[in-house]
Amino acid sequence: MAGGRVQLELSRVVQGRARLGVLKGLGRTGQHSLGIPGCLLYTHFGTVPHLTQETLHTITNLPSVTQVTLSHIAEHQEVLEEFKDGFKKFAGLHDTVLYCSLHDPASPCPTGYTTNKTASVWGSGGRIEVSAAKFMALQKTVQPDWYQSMADGETWQAGASRKRVRKSVDRTLAHLDECLLLHQKSQELDGTAVFGVVEGGDVLEERVRSARETAKRPVAGFCLDGFQTDAMDGDLRTQLVTAVTEELPEDKPRLLQGVGRPDEVLACVEAGVDLFEGFFPFQVTERGGALCFRFDIHSDLERAGEEVQPNGGPGCDDRTQATHFEVNLKDKRFQDDFRPLVEGCGCYCCQNHQRAYVHHLLATNELLAGVLLAIHNTSHYQGFFRALRDALAQDKLDLLKKRLQMGGEEN
Amino acid sequence: MAATIKCGGDRDTSESTMSVKKVLCSAAPLTLRIVAECPVTKARACDLTLPHCTVSTPVFMPVGTQGTLKGITADQLDSLGCQICLGNTYHLGMRPGPDLIEKANGLHGFMNWKRNLLTDSGGFQMVSLVELSEVTEEGVKFKSPYNGKEILLSPEESISIQNSLGSDIMMQLDDVVSSTVKGPRVEEAMHRSIRWLDRCIAANKNPDKQNLFAIIQGGLDAELRQACLNEMTQRDVPGFAIGGLSGGEEKDDFWRMVTLSTEHLPREKPRYLMGVGYAVDLVVCVALGCDMFDCVFPTRTARFGSALVPWGSLQVKQKQYAKDFQPIDPDCQCPTCRRHSRAYLHALFKSDTAAMHHITIHNISYQLTLMRSVRQSIVEGRLPEFIRTFMKRMFPSQDQYPSWAVDALASVNVTLD
Repeated sequence: MAGGRVQLELSRVVQGRARLGVLKGLGRTGQHSLGIPGCLLYTHFGTVPHLTQETLHTITNLPSVTQVTLSHIAEHQEVLEEFKDGFKKFAGLHDTVLYCSLHDPASPCPTGYTTNKTASVWGSGGRIEVSAAKFMALQKTVQPDWYQSMADGETWQAGASRKRVRKSVDRTLAHLDECLLLHQKSQELDGTAVFGVVEGGDVLEERVRSARETAKRPVAGFCLDGFQTDAMDGDLRTQLVTAVTEELPEDKPRLLQGVGRPDEVLACVEAGVDLFEGFFPFQVTERGGALCFRFDIHSDLERAGEEVQPNGGPGCDDRTQATHFEVNLKDKRFQDDFRPLVEGCGCYCCQNHQRAYVHHLLATNELLAGVLLAIHNTSHYQGFFRALRDALAQDKLDLLKKRLQMGGEEN
Repeated sequence: MAATIKCGGDRDTSESTMSVKKVLCSAAPLTLRIVAECPVTKARACDLTLPHCTVSTPVFMPVGTQGTLKGITADQLDSLGCQICLGNTYHLGMRPGPDLIEKANGLHGFMNWKRNLLTDSGGFQMVSLVELSEVTEEGVKFKSPYNGKEILLSPEESISIQNSLGSDIMMQLDDVVSSTVKGPRVEEAMHRSIRWLDRCIAANKNPDKQNLFAIIQGGLDAELRQACLNEMTQRDVPGFAIGGLSGGEEKDDFWRMVTLSTEHLPREKPRYLMGVGYAVDLVVCVALGCDMFDCVFPTRTARFGSALVPWGSLQVKQKQYAKDFQPIDPDCQCPTCRRHSRAYLHALFKSDTAAMHHITIHNISYQLTLMRSVRQSIVEGRLPEFIRTFMKRMFPSQDQYPSWAVDALASVNVTLD
């Protein structure tokens, strides 16, 4: 069935909305689990950008769910069809739950290419148009454990009309019905879970309608689309996400697409979101940044607070710009800084290398810069999600929020 | 026959080494133990003990130009069994500069590499990369490509930078001329390289921690090579490199210069053939008596999707591999071949740079495994057989064997039928 075998065990709900729990019975054999709030492992075609399996597995406590996107996969449909055994095996991913989404959250796709019957994805060879039939044919070759149903998510741009928003909700529901129908006929997808997509742009009534209607379908979980960082300001997002999650059943996970900044993540957790895509550390890596924000909720905040000098306000909306959660290691001040990226960090990069070295690798445009930063940033970001779960368990969400406002120390 | 030759001198009193003791450096941090010598060819298998670990020779040394090996972590390189790799003095001297690297406890500390490092003199890059360079008796004068300032790389300066880098093996500054140049410039460069060697020896501040190798020059002229060998082998250096080759000269000239050099180099010191890294060249030159090799080729070609295999190379990005679900080399035990297919790597090249890392790892593994197999065959006294099998696998038929390789191998009594 399209519901798959995902079981959500909630251990706490804080302040009526923020949910702490575990997703259990994941994967076709049901042996995997994932703590929520949690984040998926972001990949390009099954590979965490810059990393091989050896460098990836220097990171402890990796999430058990790996995300791939059709924008990377669609152009290889023929190859996967001939391979027959699904994407996990094709990519050498032996021990993970695979989630397949439509778009790459780190590379927003051009608008103007969706129709009543089709959506489009952009691969290395350009645009590929996807109908529900093709979409499902792709899922049959990918054989993921979960996938995001086909959707019209073009309403994130400011100024989308109410009419356009309504159309996107209608189309997305129609796509979902068609996908579910085809899904039930496909043996290959037996045991695979479908996530229905909630659209509705910035129109509250449409958001609510989309959530309600999607919740009526036999889906295993929900993708909340159109909330990405450059789509709307934080307050509006929180308000709309809250309205949406109120309409969704308690026992199914909610995945928020396109949001990754730690402060925004926390606000959305408080609005009832369970899962996030892990693309944020990738974006930081690409601009030569090292995540350095603090999320320790156990040490004395007051004392630590005196040492902290934020690097700038958190109100930065452009996803290509550095946030105050990171330091730019390309900066000359790091050229003779022999400290690890983050003091006390246990990742391979911080255990073995110094800021001066990573600065040198960035200055000389060496490939190892991306490798070391990807290791550190992925590890740091996963640490943040662990802290987030701990904070929920120990009623320390406010403390964590204060920590995040401080961002990275003046390094 | 095994013989231990310690450069420590006075500790070694065995009769067989007494005679060579005089020419050995006083206290170089290097020991060469000859584990086996091929009874047919000039090949030998040695244990070369350097400050950071013992290196099994013959050895291929991957090149980590700017203090990093092209997307591979130090741990990955270590787990491939690499015991020595290269850093480039020219690049590191420019960025981040010797002072910074010295503060970071040398290049070992800076890149956190626990095994041995060899650094070149910087002279080669100066001549090949920098347009405005001028060689005088003083050194190589050039304009910095970063700030346009005029810089003089003298033998003293090269050694000073290499002392800051703290490499286990340093190379003398030599006067490099292209191997296709003929005439008086070649002779001048040879003589100057000898004078610069003496200045390098005098400039080495860490002779007890860092080995300085001489570089035999003389172009493709046997008499000049011979003259250079005669002079340089009288110097108290712990090892020798054969330089000025692998720069586009005819292979017939190349191998004759290699074999002439190994003929006259002292048996008890390591011989390093610079810039050689193609599989066939490696195997032939081991038979001619070389111990150490380096080349950027295996790692550079990897980034273009070219994977080295026993039958040549495989261009992963070519369409024919899009649906090829085998590993690059089904017999290869590297992390790439154990997990990934040609088809996946082919597709990954369109999505992420990690595709390059996979091939780089495979190619380094290929080079190191090849050299381990060569060594094993020397130890077991079956190098000629190994070479025959290797050539058969590498070329579809005997008439495709390169004639220079056939001649070179015949010169050391290996026939290929």
